[in-house]
Amino acid sequence: MLLQTDKLTKAFGGLIAVSTVGMEINPGELAGMIGPNGAGKTTVFNLLTGVTPVTSGSIHFDGKDITALKAHQVTALGMARTFQNIRLFKDLTVLDNIRIACHLHTKYGLGAGLSHLGRYAAEEKEIETKALSILSVFNLDRRRDEIASSLPYGAQRRLEIARALATDPKLLLLDEPAAGMNPQETMELMKTISWLRDKFKLTILLIEHDMRLVMGICERIYVLDYGQLIAMGSPAEIRGDRRVIEAYLGEEVS
Amino acid sequence: MMKTNALFKRRWFVALLRSFILLIVLELLIMFNFFNGFWVLTIMSLFTNIILATSLNLINGFTGQFSLGHAGFMAVGGYTAAVLALNFAPSLIKAGIIPSLHNVTLKMPWGLPDMFLPFAKAIAPGGIVLLFSLLLGGILAALMGFLIGLPTLRLRGDYLAIATLGFGEIIRLTFLNINYLGSASGMPGIPQYATVMSCVVVAIITVYAISNVVRSTHGRAMLAVREDETAAQTVGINTTRYKVTAFTIGAFFAGVAGALYAHTFYLVNPSIFSLLKSIDVLVMVVLGGQGSIGGSIAGAVLVTILNAFLSNFPEIRMIVYSVVLVMMIIFMPHGLLTVRDLFARFRPKAGEPDNAAPDR
Repeated sequence: MLLQTDKLTKAFGGLIAVSTVGMEINPGELAGMIGPNGAGKTTVFNLLTGVTPVTSGSIHFDGKDITALKAHQVTALGMARTFQNIRLFKDLTVLDNIRIACHLHTKYGLGAGLSHLGRYAAEEKEIETKALSILSVFNLDRRRDEIASSLPYGAQRRLEIARALATDPKLLLLDEPAAGMNPQETMELMKTISWLRDKFKLTILLIEHDMRLVMGICERIYVLDYGQLIAMGSPAEIRGDRRVIEAYLGEEVS
Repeated sequence: MMKTNALFKRRWFVALLRSFILLIVLELLIMFNFFNGFWVLTIMSLFTNIILATSLNLINGFTGQFSLGHAGFMAVGGYTAAVLALNFAPSLIKAGIIPSLHNVTLKMPWGLPDMFLPFAKAIAPGGIVLLFSLLLGGILAALMGFLIGLPTLRLRGDYLAIATLGFGEIIRLTFLNINYLGSASGMPGIPQYATVMSCVVVAIITVYAISNVVRSTHGRAMLAVREDETAAQTVGINTTRYKVTAFTIGAFFAGVAGALYAHTFYLVNPSIFSLLKSIDVLVMVVLGGQGSIGGSIAGAVLVTILNAFLSNFPEIRMIVYSVVLVMMIIFMPHGLLTVRDLFARFRPKAGEPDNAAPDR
């Protein structure tokens, strides 16, 4: 078990945004999370990655209790994420966006940084090589010196995934990776995601509204409604689940 | 020949060469009495201001933490230098802990001609005491920056500005109320150990260190904190740590600048390190452009020279000062160095990526 949550709960004042959610994700799995707007999907992501503190319940990741850890500590253990509304370092270059994510595995100290002596040169070279190889995976290496905010929308989405990968994660959380993409782009993204999983030996959990994408590539699907887990299972099982159809899919599922 | 060419491509070598030329030109001008005493002092305070502006830029411009406490850290350095020079240095020199270079007849080593004597003299008198007080002033200010930074940097934006302003004033008022430090009249009679040469050297070291850190993984972490704190955390950056680090480094160099100030102007007193000084430095940073080292230097030069020229017209000084500020904000909202971008617009960009290229 790579990720396991037990009775995960988050309350914002009187509002219970996430209530007693229990999830399990195995290594190598490609899991999806769906649910109507406001169901608490992004809040679950924020809890998992330590961006918002947990009210009660626990999260175990890779054999460790990460319930109380801060976001950067969770990332250091091997969990990376993207955001629903893209959060790049807008005024910095494409290359710098990736190099910042390489910070986690950089070892030279502040002294070397101040003087540019010691391990500085060797490690900076390593970082650049690594950053460029990740960028080339996403076809962004040609744009290395462009400012992130000047990239077209699709490229910004890819850059954010590239940045998450630069932290060398075991588990990658994608928050609506296909948001704002046209059907063709979505198709390509589907291919990229499953390809990434195989190439980087990743486990992936994604939130998505695009049913074709979720049903198409996810092996296991969690359905959230009003902060509660109402169903989980294979795409076929979810398609047939009456509660899911009532809560979310309605008549759209054929 | 190939070797020298390669050497000239090294950034640090070119920087070193440039600074060396700057030093020689300045020293020659002073040697031949090109500047009067007022301008020598102005040049010295110019380089002190460069130190202050670049170090504040690390906090405000690069890490995005709005600090108004720079004068406070400068005060820590200034008072450290004053106490060291006035109360401790004489006995330390007598005890032989600090070697005295004052009043020693200098001879050029290695049989160098006497022509170089002014250079040696520029470094030697009180040089050791100066070095001690710069380091100690910097370290104590850094310590103060660390202690203040830990609790304050949880705040954001305006709240952080107010908190740092408050801490800066607390430091000043503490000095104001300590009799040992001369209360309101401060500590006059500090020997002028700083020279143009030492000011330039310290400024170069500061600019070098800060521009280095900005182009390291630690500096990029600071930039990430400025750009988006949440995103920075989720790529594994300990944002608190880097805010405190930037604050501490900035405070260190502010302390160094304070010590340099004390050894330039013979005295320290609480009114020198008031909020106005912090705002002065902030103006340099904002005028020059936040997040640009070259901009900070340009801002420091502009403000210092403006102040120097306007010192003859004290009654209109603040008016001109504010008019310049307003004009700058209207015409160059991103700082002085946008002038460069203005010219860059007319230059064809080499190797500009083709926007029409397919995007996969």
